[in-house]
Amino acid sequence: MAAGKLVSRIRLALWGLVAVAAFVAGALFLGHLQEAARQGASWPGAARFGGDFELVDHNGQEFSSAALKGTPHAMFFGFTHCPDICPTTLFEMTKHLEELGPKADGLKVFFVSVDPARDTPEHLKNYLSAFDPRITGLTGSEGQVAQAIKAYRVFAEKVPTSDGDYTMNHTAVVYLFDGQGTLASTLSWEEDEKTRLAKLTRLADRG
Amino acid sequence: MTNKLFTVLSLVLAGVALGAPSQVRAADKEAGIKIEKPWTRVTPPGAKVAAGFMTITNTGGQADRLLGGNVSLAKQIEVHEMSMKDGVMRMNEVADGIEIAPGATVVLKPGGYHLMFMGLTAAPKEGERVKGKMNFEKAGEVVVEFTVAPLGAKGIGDGDKMTGGHEKDGMDHGSHHMNHGK
Repeated sequence: MAAGKLVSRIRLALWGLVAVAAFVAGALFLGHLQEAARQGASWPGAARFGGDFELVDHNGQEFSSAALKGTPHAMFFGFTHCPDICPTTLFEMTKHLEELGPKADGLKVFFVSVDPARDTPEHLKNYLSAFDPRITGLTGSEGQVAQAIKAYRVFAEKVPTSDGDYTMNHTAVVYLFDGQGTLASTLSWEEDEKTRLAKLTRLADRG
Repeated sequence: MTNKLFTVLSLVLAGVALGAPSQVRAADKEAGIKIEKPWTRVTPPGAKVAAGFMTITNTGGQADRLLGGNVSLAKQIEVHEMSMKDGVMRMNEVADGIEIAPGATVVLKPGGYHLMFMGLTAAPKEGERVKGKMNFEKAGEVVVEFTVAPLGAKGIGDGDKMTGGHEKDGMDHGSHHMNHGK
Protein backbone atom coordinates (compact mmCIF):
# COMPACT_ATOMS: atom_id res chain seq x y z
CA MET A 1 0.00 0.00 0.00
CA ALA A 2 2.74 2.48 1.03
CA ALA A 3 4.81 1.62 -2.01
CA GLY A 4 1.76 2.21 -4.25
CA LYS A 5 1.24 5.67 -2.71
CA LEU A 6 4.89 6.57 -3.31
CA VAL A 7 4.66 5.54 -6.97
CA SER A 8 1.58 7.66 -7.57
CA ARG A 9 3.26 10.64 -5.86
CA ILE A 10 6.30 10.26 -8.10
CA ARG A 11 3.99 9.98 -11.09
CA LEU A 12 2.21 13.18 -10.06
CA ALA A 13 5.52 14.98 -9.63
CA LEU A 14 6.69 13.83 -13.05
CA TRP A 15 3.48 15.03 -14.68
CA GLY A 16 4.02 18.32 -12.92
CA LEU A 17 7.46 18.58 -14.50
CA VAL A 18 5.97 17.81 -17.93
CA ALA A 19 3.45 20.61 -17.43
CA VAL A 20 6.20 23.10 -16.50
CA ALA A 21 8.31 22.04 -19.49
CA ALA A 22 5.34 22.42 -21.84
CA PHE A 23 4.62 25.88 -20.44
CA VAL A 24 8.22 27.01 -20.87
CA ALA A 25 8.38 25.62 -24.41
CA GLY A 26 5.10 27.33 -25.29
CA ALA A 27 6.28 30.65 -23.90
CA LEU A 28 9.54 30.41 -25.82
CA PHE A 29 7.70 29.60 -29.05
CA LEU A 30 5.28 32.48 -28.56
CA GLY A 31 8.19 34.80 -27.92
CA HIS A 32 9.80 33.63 -31.13
CA LEU A 33 6.61 34.29 -33.11
CA GLN A 34 6.28 37.76 -31.61
CA GLU A 35 9.86 38.54 -32.49
CA ALA A 36 9.27 37.38 -36.08
CA ALA A 37 6.18 39.54 -36.28
CA ARG A 38 8.12 42.55 -34.95
CA GLN A 39 10.77 42.23 -37.64
CA GLY A 40 8.23 42.61 -40.40
CA ALA A 41 5.95 44.82 -38.37
CA SER A 42 4.84 47.25 -41.07
CA TRP A 43 4.40 44.62 -43.79
CA PRO A 44 4.84 41.03 -42.67
CA GLY A 45 7.39 39.31 -44.86
CA ALA A 46 8.40 42.52 -46.65
CA ALA A 47 11.99 42.42 -45.42
CA ARG A 48 12.42 38.88 -46.68
CA PHE A 49 11.03 39.46 -50.17
CA GLY A 50 13.60 39.37 -52.95
CA GLY A 51 17.07 38.11 -52.31
CA ASP A 52 20.46 37.22 -53.68
CA PHE A 53 20.98 36.59 -57.35
CA GLU A 54 23.75 36.52 -59.92
CA LEU A 55 22.65 37.58 -63.39
CA VAL A 56 24.10 39.13 -66.54
CA ASP A 57 23.17 42.64 -67.66
CA HIS A 58 22.37 43.72 -71.21
CA ASN A 59 26.00 44.68 -71.74
CA GLY A 60 27.06 41.13 -70.98
CA GLN A 61 28.51 42.09 -67.57
CA GLU A 62 27.89 40.00 -64.48
CA PHE A 63 25.38 41.65 -62.22
CA SER A 64 24.97 40.66 -58.58
CA SER A 65 22.16 41.63 -56.22
CA ALA A 66 24.91 43.05 -53.97
CA ALA A 67 25.04 46.02 -56.36
CA LEU A 68 21.51 46.97 -55.34
CA LYS A 69 22.44 47.79 -51.74
CA GLY A 70 21.72 51.39 -50.88
CA THR A 71 19.84 52.08 -54.10
CA PRO A 72 16.07 52.22 -54.35
CA HIS A 73 15.05 50.17 -57.34
CA ALA A 74 12.20 48.77 -59.41
CA MET A 75 12.15 45.19 -60.67
CA PHE A 76 9.94 43.97 -63.47
CA PHE A 77 9.99 40.40 -64.79
CA GLY A 78 9.05 39.84 -68.41
CA PHE A 79 10.36 38.75 -71.80
CA THR A 80 10.85 40.28 -75.22
CA HIS A 81 8.50 37.90 -77.08
CA CYS A 82 5.72 39.65 -75.21
CA PRO A 83 3.25 41.55 -77.39
CA ASP A 84 1.54 43.75 -74.86
CA ILE A 85 2.30 44.14 -71.20
CA CYS A 86 6.12 44.11 -71.31
CA PRO A 87 6.68 46.80 -73.95
CA THR A 88 3.84 48.84 -72.46
CA THR A 89 5.27 48.63 -68.94
CA LEU A 90 8.73 49.60 -70.21
CA PHE A 91 7.18 52.47 -72.15
CA GLU A 92 5.28 53.69 -69.09
CA MET A 93 8.40 53.40 -66.97
CA THR A 94 10.31 55.48 -69.53
CA LYS A 95 7.63 58.18 -69.27
CA HIS A 96 7.70 58.10 -65.47
CA LEU A 97 11.50 58.42 -65.34
CA GLU A 98 11.22 61.44 -67.61
CA GLU A 99 8.51 62.96 -65.42
CA LEU A 100 10.56 62.34 -62.27
CA GLY A 101 13.38 64.35 -63.77
CA PRO A 102 16.61 64.52 -61.72
CA LYS A 103 14.86 62.63 -58.91
CA ALA A 104 15.04 59.52 -61.07
CA ASP A 105 18.85 59.61 -61.06
CA GLY A 106 18.91 57.88 -57.69
CA LEU A 107 16.57 55.12 -58.88
CA LYS A 108 17.47 51.99 -60.77
CA VAL A 109 15.01 50.11 -62.93
CA PHE A 110 15.50 46.48 -63.96
CA PHE A 111 13.79 44.39 -66.60
CA VAL A 112 14.52 40.78 -65.70
CA SER A 113 13.94 38.21 -68.44
CA VAL A 114 11.98 35.09 -67.55
CA ASP A 115 12.96 33.72 -70.97
CA PRO A 116 16.78 33.51 -70.94
CA ALA A 117 16.83 31.01 -73.83
CA ARG A 118 15.69 33.71 -76.26
CA ASP A 119 16.64 36.86 -74.36
CA THR A 120 20.40 37.03 -74.75
CA PRO A 121 22.20 40.14 -73.43
CA GLU A 122 22.62 41.42 -77.04
CA HIS A 123 18.95 40.93 -77.80
CA LEU A 124 17.95 42.69 -74.56
CA LYS A 125 20.29 45.58 -75.34
CA ASN A 126 18.77 46.07 -78.77
CA TYR A 127 15.22 45.76 -77.43
CA LEU A 128 15.79 48.17 -74.56
CA SER A 129 17.34 50.81 -76.80
CA ALA A 130 13.77 52.01 -77.43
CA PHE A 131 13.37 52.91 -73.76
CA ASP A 132 15.00 55.04 -71.06
CA PRO A 133 18.72 54.23 -70.76
CA ARG A 134 18.32 54.00 -67.00
CA ILE A 135 16.45 50.72 -67.49
CA THR A 136 18.84 47.78 -67.21
CA GLY A 137 18.04 44.43 -68.77
CA LEU A 138 19.02 41.33 -66.81
CA THR A 139 19.24 37.77 -68.03
CA GLY A 140 21.55 34.81 -67.43
CA SER A 141 21.71 31.06 -67.56
CA GLU A 142 18.49 29.09 -67.00
CA GLY A 143 19.73 28.31 -63.49
CA GLN A 144 20.60 31.92 -62.65
CA VAL A 145 17.23 33.16 -63.84
CA ALA A 146 15.41 30.35 -62.00
CA GLN A 147 17.19 31.45 -58.81
CA ALA A 148 16.09 35.09 -59.26
CA ILE A 149 12.53 33.98 -60.06
CA LYS A 150 12.49 31.94 -56.85
CA ALA A 151 13.93 34.72 -54.72
CA TYR A 152 11.34 37.19 -55.94
CA ARG A 153 8.55 34.62 -55.79
CA VAL A 154 7.69 35.35 -59.38
CA PHE A 155 5.49 33.05 -61.40
CA ALA A 156 6.68 32.14 -64.91
CA GLU A 157 5.63 29.31 -67.22
CA LYS A 158 6.04 28.44 -70.88
CA VAL A 159 2.93 28.08 -73.00
CA PRO A 160 3.31 26.44 -76.43
CA THR A 161 1.90 28.28 -79.45
CA SER A 162 0.53 26.75 -82.65
CA ASP A 163 3.64 27.66 -84.67
CA GLY A 164 5.74 25.35 -82.52
CA ASP A 165 7.19 28.24 -80.53
CA TYR A 166 6.08 29.37 -77.09
CA THR A 167 4.94 32.35 -75.12
CA MET A 168 5.18 32.97 -71.37
CA ASN A 169 2.70 33.56 -68.60
CA HIS A 170 4.41 35.57 -65.90
CA THR A 171 4.03 37.86 -62.91
CA ALA A 172 3.63 41.34 -64.33
CA VAL A 173 3.85 43.42 -61.18
CA VAL A 174 6.62 46.01 -60.85
CA TYR A 175 8.23 45.58 -57.42
CA LEU A 176 9.62 48.67 -55.74
CA PHE A 177 12.41 48.24 -53.20
CA ASP A 178 13.96 50.86 -50.98
CA GLY A 179 17.69 51.28 -50.40
CA GLN A 180 17.59 48.68 -47.63
CA GLY A 181 16.21 46.13 -50.05
CA THR A 182 12.81 46.10 -48.37
CA LEU A 183 9.75 45.81 -50.58
CA ALA A 184 8.24 49.29 -50.42
CA SER A 185 5.39 49.05 -52.89
CA THR A 186 4.27 47.63 -56.23
CA LEU A 187 3.07 49.11 -59.50
CA SER A 188 0.29 47.48 -61.41
CA TRP A 189 -0.86 47.60 -64.99
CA GLU A 190 -4.39 48.50 -63.92
CA GLU A 191 -3.40 51.59 -61.93
CA ASP A 192 -3.63 55.03 -63.45
CA GLU A 193 -0.47 56.88 -64.37
CA LYS A 194 -0.73 59.41 -61.52
CA THR A 195 -0.80 56.67 -58.88
CA ARG A 196 2.24 54.95 -60.37
CA LEU A 197 4.15 58.21 -60.61
CA ALA A 198 3.28 59.09 -56.99
CA LYS A 199 4.61 55.72 -55.82
CA LEU A 200 7.86 56.17 -57.73
CA THR A 201 8.24 59.70 -56.39
CA ARG A 202 7.79 58.39 -52.85
CA LEU A 203 10.36 55.69 -53.48
CA ALA A 204 12.89 58.23 -54.79
CA ASP A 205 12.26 60.49 -51.77
CA ARG A 206 12.51 57.60 -49.33
CA GLY A 207 15.86 56.49 -50.71
CA MET B 1 -50.95 -1.51 -97.84
CA THR B 2 -51.19 1.43 -100.24
CA ASN B 3 -53.00 3.27 -97.49
CA LYS B 4 -50.11 2.79 -95.14
CA LEU B 5 -47.60 3.87 -97.75
CA PHE B 6 -49.68 6.96 -98.41
CA THR B 7 -49.65 7.82 -94.69
CA VAL B 8 -45.89 7.47 -94.49
CA LEU B 9 -45.41 9.54 -97.62
CA SER B 10 -47.66 12.31 -96.42
CA LEU B 11 -45.84 12.36 -93.06
CA VAL B 12 -42.52 12.74 -94.86
CA LEU B 13 -43.94 15.49 -97.06
CA ALA B 14 -45.34 17.26 -94.00
CA GLY B 15 -41.92 17.06 -92.42
CA VAL B 16 -40.30 18.63 -95.46
CA ALA B 17 -42.95 21.31 -95.56
CA LEU B 18 -42.47 22.12 -91.87
CA GLY B 19 -38.73 22.18 -92.24
CA ALA B 20 -38.80 24.45 -95.23
CA PRO B 21 -39.62 27.74 -93.51
CA SER B 22 -36.61 27.52 -91.23
CA GLN B 23 -34.38 27.01 -94.26
CA VAL B 24 -35.83 30.10 -95.84
CA ARG B 25 -35.17 32.03 -92.66
CA ALA B 26 -31.57 30.81 -92.52
CA ALA B 27 -31.04 32.16 -96.02
CA ASP B 28 -32.37 35.55 -94.88
CA LYS B 29 -29.83 35.65 -92.06
CA GLU B 30 -26.83 36.73 -94.03
CA ALA B 31 -23.45 36.97 -92.45
CA GLY B 32 -22.08 40.47 -92.08
CA ILE B 33 -19.01 41.82 -90.34
CA LYS B 34 -17.90 45.41 -89.90
CA ILE B 35 -14.34 46.06 -88.73
CA GLU B 36 -13.38 49.46 -87.38
CA LYS B 37 -10.05 50.93 -86.30
CA PRO B 38 -7.74 48.02 -86.95
CA TRP B 39 -4.42 49.02 -85.41
CA THR B 40 -1.10 47.76 -84.25
CA ARG B 41 1.85 49.62 -82.81
CA VAL B 42 5.55 50.12 -83.13
CA THR B 43 7.51 47.34 -81.46
CA PRO B 44 10.86 47.68 -79.68
CA PRO B 45 13.85 46.82 -81.90
CA GLY B 46 14.36 43.12 -82.51
CA ALA B 47 10.86 42.19 -81.34
CA LYS B 48 9.52 39.00 -82.90
CA VAL B 49 5.91 39.57 -81.92
CA ALA B 50 3.35 42.36 -82.09
CA ALA B 51 -0.29 42.76 -81.18
CA GLY B 52 -3.19 43.78 -83.37
CA PHE B 53 -6.42 45.33 -82.19
CA MET B 54 -9.77 46.26 -83.74
CA THR B 55 -13.46 46.74 -83.14
CA ILE B 56 -15.63 44.08 -84.76
CA THR B 57 -19.40 44.38 -85.16
CA ASN B 58 -21.58 41.57 -86.38
CA THR B 59 -24.01 43.29 -88.73
CA GLY B 60 -25.40 39.98 -89.95
CA GLY B 61 -28.35 37.96 -88.76
CA GLN B 62 -26.43 35.04 -87.33
CA ALA B 63 -23.67 34.48 -84.84
CA ASP B 64 -20.20 34.52 -86.35
CA ARG B 65 -16.73 33.70 -85.15
CA LEU B 66 -13.35 35.39 -85.64
CA LEU B 67 -11.08 32.46 -86.36
CA GLY B 68 -7.80 34.15 -87.26
CA GLY B 69 -6.28 35.75 -90.29
CA ASN B 70 -3.01 36.87 -91.72
CA VAL B 71 -0.99 40.06 -91.87
CA SER B 72 1.72 41.10 -94.30
CA LEU B 73 4.48 41.53 -91.74
CA ALA B 74 4.09 38.35 -89.69
CA LYS B 75 4.29 34.66 -90.42
CA GLN B 76 1.19 33.86 -88.43
CA ILE B 77 -1.69 35.30 -86.45
CA GLU B 78 -3.31 33.74 -83.42
CA VAL B 79 -6.32 35.04 -81.57
CA HIS B 80 -5.27 35.48 -77.95
CA GLU B 81 -6.83 36.63 -74.76
CA MET B 82 -4.73 38.29 -72.11
CA SER B 83 -5.83 38.12 -68.52
CA MET B 84 -4.44 39.45 -65.27
CA LYS B 85 -5.10 37.62 -62.05
CA ASP B 86 -3.24 38.03 -58.78
CA GLY B 87 -0.56 40.01 -60.60
CA VAL B 88 0.08 37.25 -63.12
CA MET B 89 -0.34 38.00 -66.82
CA ARG B 90 -1.58 35.06 -68.85
CA MET B 91 -1.85 34.67 -72.61
CA ASN B 92 -4.26 32.10 -73.87
CA GLU B 93 -4.91 31.20 -77.45
CA VAL B 94 -8.62 31.40 -78.13
CA ALA B 95 -8.57 28.16 -80.09
CA ASP B 96 -12.25 28.20 -81.07
CA GLY B 97 -12.16 31.86 -82.06
CA ILE B 98 -14.19 34.73 -80.64
CA GLU B 99 -17.95 34.37 -81.03
CA ILE B 100 -19.81 37.51 -81.98
CA ALA B 101 -23.58 37.44 -81.60
CA PRO B 102 -25.78 39.16 -84.22
CA GLY B 103 -25.66 42.91 -83.53
CA ALA B 104 -22.90 42.55 -80.96
CA THR B 105 -19.59 44.41 -80.95
CA VAL B 106 -16.35 42.91 -79.69
CA VAL B 107 -13.38 45.14 -78.99
CA LEU B 108 -9.90 43.73 -79.29
CA LYS B 109 -7.75 46.02 -77.13
CA PRO B 110 -4.67 46.04 -74.90
CA GLY B 111 -5.23 43.93 -71.82
CA GLY B 112 -7.91 41.76 -73.41
CA TYR B 113 -8.55 40.03 -76.70
CA HIS B 114 -5.90 40.71 -79.32
CA LEU B 115 -4.35 39.30 -82.44
CA MET B 116 -0.91 37.98 -81.75
CA PHE B 117 1.34 38.62 -84.75
CA MET B 118 3.94 35.88 -84.51
CA GLY B 119 7.24 35.69 -86.33
CA LEU B 120 7.51 39.32 -87.45
CA THR B 121 9.15 39.54 -90.86
CA ALA B 122 9.31 43.35 -90.71
CA ALA B 123 8.97 45.90 -87.93
CA PRO B 124 5.76 47.96 -88.07
CA LYS B 125 6.64 51.63 -88.71
CA GLU B 126 4.67 54.47 -87.18
CA GLY B 127 2.05 55.87 -89.52
CA GLU B 128 2.29 53.12 -92.10
CA ARG B 129 -0.63 50.91 -93.07
CA VAL B 130 -0.29 47.20 -92.79
CA LYS B 131 -2.47 44.98 -94.92
CA GLY B 132 -4.18 41.96 -93.51
CA LYS B 133 -7.13 39.66 -93.85
CA MET B 134 -9.34 38.49 -91.05
CA ASN B 135 -11.03 35.14 -91.21
CA PHE B 136 -14.60 34.62 -90.03
CA GLU B 137 -16.50 31.37 -89.83
CA LYS B 138 -19.56 32.71 -91.68
CA ALA B 139 -18.53 36.00 -93.26
CA GLY B 140 -15.34 34.51 -94.65
CA GLU B 141 -12.41 36.80 -95.37
CA VAL B 142 -12.52 40.48 -94.50
CA VAL B 143 -9.71 42.71 -95.75
CA VAL B 144 -8.27 45.18 -93.22
CA GLU B 145 -5.52 47.79 -93.05
CA PHE B 146 -3.89 48.19 -89.69
CA THR B 147 -2.82 51.69 -88.68
CA VAL B 148 0.53 51.65 -86.90
CA ALA B 149 0.38 53.64 -83.65
CA PRO B 150 3.49 54.70 -81.70
CA LEU B 151 5.26 52.46 -79.22
CA GLY B 152 3.25 52.05 -76.03
CA ALA B 153 0.00 53.40 -77.53
CA LYS B 154 -3.15 52.16 -75.84
CA GLY B 155 -5.47 52.99 -78.68
CA ILE B 156 -6.03 55.12 -81.75
CA GLY B 157 -8.59 57.59 -82.91
CA ASP B 158 -10.45 60.55 -81.44
CA GLY B 159 -7.32 62.62 -81.88
CA ASP B 160 -5.63 61.28 -78.77
CA LYS B 161 -3.14 58.54 -79.34
CA MET B 162 -3.25 57.54 -75.69
CA THR B 163 -6.97 56.97 -75.38
CA GLY B 164 -8.55 53.58 -75.25
CA GLY B 165 -9.35 54.03 -78.91
CA HIS B 166 -13.07 53.42 -78.55
CA GLU B 167 -16.25 54.79 -77.00
CA LYS B 168 -15.90 54.63 -73.23
CA ASP B 169 -12.16 54.99 -72.70
CA GLY B 170 -11.86 57.80 -75.20
CA MET B 171 -14.73 59.77 -73.69
CA ASP B 172 -12.96 61.21 -70.63
CA HIS B 173 -10.21 62.72 -72.72
CA GLY B 174 -12.51 65.04 -74.62
CA SER B 175 -11.81 66.24 -78.11
CA HIS B 176 -9.50 69.15 -77.40
CA HIS B 177 -6.43 67.18 -78.40
CA MET B 178 -4.79 67.49 -81.75
CA ASN B 179 -6.42 65.76 -84.64
CA HIS B 180 -4.40 63.30 -86.61
CA GLY B 181 -4.36 63.66 -90.34
CA LYS B 182 -5.66 67.24 -90.27
